[in-house]
Amino acid sequence: MKFKLQIWRQKNAKAKGRFETYRVDNISPDTSFLEMLDILNDQLIREGKEPVAFDHDCREGICGMCSLYINGHAHGPDDGITTCQLHMRKFKDGDTIVIEPWRSVGFPVVKDLVVNRNAFDQILQAGGFISCNGIVPDANNLPISKIDADESMDASACIGCGACVATCKNGSAMLFVAARVSALAKLPQGKVEGARRAKAMVAKMDELGFGSCTNTQACEAECPKGISIAHIARLNREFLLAKIKD
Amino acid sequence: MSETRLQSKIPAGPLAEKWTRFKAEAKVVSPANKRKLEIIVVGTGLGGASAAATLGELGFNVKVFCISDSPRRAHSIAAQGGINAAKNYQNDNDSVYRLFYDTIKGGDFRAREANVYRLAEVSSAIIDKCVAQGVPFARDYGGLLDNRSFGGAQVSRTFYARGQTGQQLLLGAYASLNRQIAAGTVKSYNRREMLDLVVIDGKAKGIIVRNLETGEIERHGAHAVVLATGGYGNAYFLSTNAMNSNVSAAIQCYKKGAFFANPCYVQIHPTCIPVHGDQQSKLTLMSESLRNDGRIWVPKKLEDVEKLRKKQIKPSQIAEEDRDYYLERRYPAFGNLVPRDVASRAAKERCDAGFGVNETGLAVFLDFSTAIERLGKKVIEERYGNLFQMYEKITDVNPYEEPMQIYPAIHYTMGGIWVDYELMTTIPGLYAIGEANFSDHGGNRLGASALMQGLADGYYVLPYTIGQYLSKEIQTPKTDVNAPEFVAAEKAVKEKIAKLFKIKGKQTVDGLHKKLYKIMWNKVGMARNEAGLKEALKEIEALRKEFWNDVLVPGKNEEFNQELEKALRLIDFMEVGKLIALDALNRRESCGGHFREESQSEGGETKRDDENFMHVAAWEYKGEKQDPVRHEEPLVYETVKLATRNYKD
Repeated sequence: MKFKLQIWRQKNAKAKGRFETYRVDNISPDTSFLEMLDILNDQLIREGKEPVAFDHDCREGICGMCSLYINGHAHGPDDGITTCQLHMRKFKDGDTIVIEPWRSVGFPVVKDLVVNRNAFDQILQAGGFISCNGIVPDANNLPISKIDADESMDASACIGCGACVATCKNGSAMLFVAARVSALAKLPQGKVEGARRAKAMVAKMDELGFGSCTNTQACEAECPKGISIAHIARLNREFLLAKIKD
Repeated sequence: MSETRLQSKIPAGPLAEKWTRFKAEAKVVSPANKRKLEIIVVGTGLGGASAAATLGELGFNVKVFCISDSPRRAHSIAAQGGINAAKNYQNDNDSVYRLFYDTIKGGDFRAREANVYRLAEVSSAIIDKCVAQGVPFARDYGGLLDNRSFGGAQVSRTFYARGQTGQQLLLGAYASLNRQIAAGTVKSYNRREMLDLVVIDGKAKGIIVRNLETGEIERHGAHAVVLATGGYGNAYFLSTNAMNSNVSAAIQCYKKGAFFANPCYVQIHPTCIPVHGDQQSKLTLMSESLRNDGRIWVPKKLEDVEKLRKKQIKPSQIAEEDRDYYLERRYPAFGNLVPRDVASRAAKERCDAGFGVNETGLAVFLDFSTAIERLGKKVIEERYGNLFQMYEKITDVNPYEEPMQIYPAIHYTMGGIWVDYELMTTIPGLYAIGEANFSDHGGNRLGASALMQGLADGYYVLPYTIGQYLSKEIQTPKTDVNAPEFVAAEKAVKEKIAKLFKIKGKQTVDGLHKKLYKIMWNKVGMARNEAGLKEALKEIEALRKEFWNDVLVPGKNEEFNQELEKALRLIDFMEVGKLIALDALNRRESCGGHFREESQSEGGETKRDDENFMHVAAWEYKGEKQDPVRHEEPLVYETVKLATRNYKD
């Protein structure tokens, strides 16, 4: 297969970026999207040009490192996957493919397609944990209904990639924050610090410049792990209850 | 050659009392003194994150380093199947002893008894800890924790969170780490790669790192350094490891005096998606948990194989009586749940005999039709839904309808930096934990034991053992990063980087790495022999010369430069490649994942040589121009009776 690629190039956070056009051919439909970029980079290096920087690591959809905005969609056209799980068979021979980094105030560009997602770490540091030092009770001392445990797991499947923020027209991190708050709120051991957690994480998210949620549901549609916006409703409830008690 | 430097420091007394006795006698550091002591932890996988969080909780000053943009990306996140613990929640007669024995036997009697027993002992507390952190393990309808079975065990002791257990455990450890970062006991340095270890007066005192965003070379000092940087599977280029997983930090420690133990013990995982072409960048694992319900087979008749390869028939069209469920045939007692090394070699044996089911001839089937018939599609979907989806996305085949195709791939490395019972390396003040050390899995690791070991080391072992060393350092002032040793180490790193840019050759780093892959996979892979290993050593040496004459590294140091990162890592992959081959050549027996063709039973199983090789081989670096020196630590079995591994009856 052959493709025309329009890729965002930007030297560093301060430099002005621009699109550059490249061509690749002889790409097997079984090649993954990132392997296609490996092939492009190999070509560029041989031509004495600078390869395209992009984040990637596990290449099996779980580390949350890859982060490309492809033809106007976070993680590309296919549903329920990350960029590294996208394969070229999902495109037509001869297609033009536009590749950009996540674009959001919360995620400054480091270089080309690489962004800084440190804000996510900071939000979790504000309260995305259960405080449990040292030796704790036996795991089966606390039965948890299968339904609650499963729902907690649904929320906890978030890989922290940032597709929700990149997709949201407001640059809101609500789905990311909600996933963590909800995962812990569904468990009895998470309830103890529930009120403090919801308030602290929302406050940190606001402080870091992420936008507000206006219920467009775009985040759920583009989330590679299918995290439901029902978790946002739960976050709102947790947050409100906490505020009322203040 | 045995040597006094390899003091394992195993406590005296009966096996079951050693750890208790150690803890009773171990030195502790008072809270006031902990505040004065600094510890560097390199790596934020299960080992690194749990260690850093726990040491922070205890009150030490911790600095933690990771190569990714966030600690949460470490490759532990990709572990799928589960974590073992001797809880005996299923009432199926599991116990600390049984988990210990299964692990020793699974490792083909090449691990230290005392370390493995301790691992089994602390395994239960790990599950308690994870539940307290909010890890959403699978539960039954009564609300209690559920278990599944894994290879090499006849009980159900594996705890799991769908097919994402590693992710959930890492998120738990990462959350604890975040809490300590917020509390100020831990400082986190992201996108930093360790490029050297600094040793002053024989003690580990700090590290040199490169800031991957800016290229800046930084010095960091401490009272002790903990290496939690994972394994060296990516020496083989194609593996199930993440793209950035590398051995550079460990190799720098090796070059500074830390012995490297049992490098030839490399685990080849039987259930990975087969290689599709030479543009491939990595291999995807299909969790071992699939072998709970999946049955592995190839056709009995070569004409069916022919038709499959030409796509004239579908696998589901092959009649039951024409299928060879070769694991069930060869190993009736364990069937599809034999340990990984056994399953991998059995797949290779069938494919070598011409029964491989895809165009390359390097694939076998993993079939769920029997399980779907027995349990229904819904149950299978609940158990493995995300794995099935992942398989379909990659291969375009629906595994609910047609069997998966799988083939063995490099997955985990049992070898690593040599450590004593306290997890300290041969350099005082330098510790190695998790996959980075060698200590617990012997010649082969059982499924769901990597997560157990990483968290055991970080939560429950290192925090107890590190006091032995640090209690003597309470008078030692803060490490001065302007000491001449730091200056020299930084200079050496900068010179190495400058040298790489100067070469301006014609070959890309990946191109050279693929050459290393061919040498390693073909001659130091699933089956090894003396002639092949000797050739491999020569070829690695030649490749090394080729690299230093002809590599092309674009750009400059003072920027985000992924090609430079890869070039620096490849230098060390070649070094470890040489170590693997050298160790494999010297270990003239087969055991666990190390299969020497010269040493096999009539049925083609591994044949150990306990008389000559019941020891750990630890390699000491002797400089560029000399081969490393092999040391031996004898393995003494006080409790376990040595046996030939038998998974047949």
